[in-house]
Amino acid sequence: MSDSKKNPQGLDQEVMEKLRVQANALAEQVNAGDYGQAMALINDLGEVRDQSLYREVGRLTRSLHEAIRNFQVDPRNAEQQEALSMMTDASDRLEYVVQMTGQAANRTMDLVENAMPRAHAMRDEAAALRDEWQRLRRREMQPAEFRELYGRIDTFFVTLTQDADTIYENLSEILLAQDYQDLTGQVIQKVTTLVKEVEDHLLNLVVMASHVDQLTGTVHDIESNDVSAEQGVGPQMNAEEREDVVAGQDDVDDLLSSLGF
Amino acid sequence: MKILIVDDFSTMRRIIKNLLRDLGFTNTDEADDGNTALPMLRSGKYDFLVTDWNMPGMSGFDLLKEVRADESLKTLPILMVTAEAKRDQIVAAAQAGVNGYVVKPFTAAVLKEKIEKIFERIQ
Repeated sequence: MSDSKKNPQGLDQEVMEKLRVQANALAEQVNAGDYGQAMALINDLGEVRDQSLYREVGRLTRSLHEAIRNFQVDPRNAEQQEALSMMTDASDRLEYVVQMTGQAANRTMDLVENAMPRAHAMRDEAAALRDEWQRLRRREMQPAEFRELYGRIDTFFVTLTQDADTIYENLSEILLAQDYQDLTGQVIQKVTTLVKEVEDHLLNLVVMASHVDQLTGTVHDIESNDVSAEQGVGPQMNAEEREDVVAGQDDVDDLLSSLGF
Repeated sequence: MKILIVDDFSTMRRIIKNLLRDLGFTNTDEADDGNTALPMLRSGKYDFLVTDWNMPGMSGFDLLKEVRADESLKTLPILMVTAEAKRDQIVAAAQAGVNGYVVKPFTAAVLKEKIEKIFERIQ
């Protein structure tokens, strides 16, 4: 809930030494009843704190500048800031991934939806012809009916060849539509690298800022920002290794049946 | 049998629509979140609701609660088809009155089985 953990290495050795010496001196003066001297020492203590504070704020500011430069944002030029921002670029890249995967999914579904009724029709016509063929073999067919069957088989062979070709072409296009995986995979890897870099820089800033917090005695009461499970949190990673997450439909079914479903 | 499919991704809606058509359910409509779905449900006389959980706007879980709280909709069968896989969430959905829960990624056979099970119970 809070990040008030004190880091003993946070303060400069020099500052800590000064604090220790002056605190001891202060205690001595107070015990001796010399309040005027004690007040002067309190002032000195305040100054030590202030000087360290300025130094840490200075470092923090430098780090911030460094971090902003590392993101390749030029804060003096709004247009360049937009153009050079790797973060903007990362968003664009991810948007590209959404587009590519969306296109591939739709392309695949177009082809599947085109092929499915053909497969259905082939099956139905083959089943109907098989029944007719059986009747012919059992010699239950009139000559007129046979002539009709003769023509129907002819047509069937033609459409069968055409439909089989179309289905084959669709399948091969579906195969090609999977090439998005290669392209989006590369893009996602780049963005992952950027996120890692940003994380490292931010971590440095947090360490810097915590020095300032220590000097000023600031304790942050940071609210937990757990995403509400009610809104939905999306797919879970490493589900197999986690107790609080189901690993698949079988787990869901077991859980629900344990609840009396 | 009129079915409303609610998911923020059009590709997922299309997949579910295709699977439902294969199961013989051809009368389907689509909505992209709870806010769009709720007025459709209130005016559209739907017999079945298939919804995702995680959506911008109104989530599927809130939609489930809204439907159960609505006098004219509270008996509507609801199947959740979602990537949400936390045990707590599944328990919460069950307690809120969901009729079936399918985790993504799912197969046509699982979807079919859950839908049939729901209709068996209703009849």
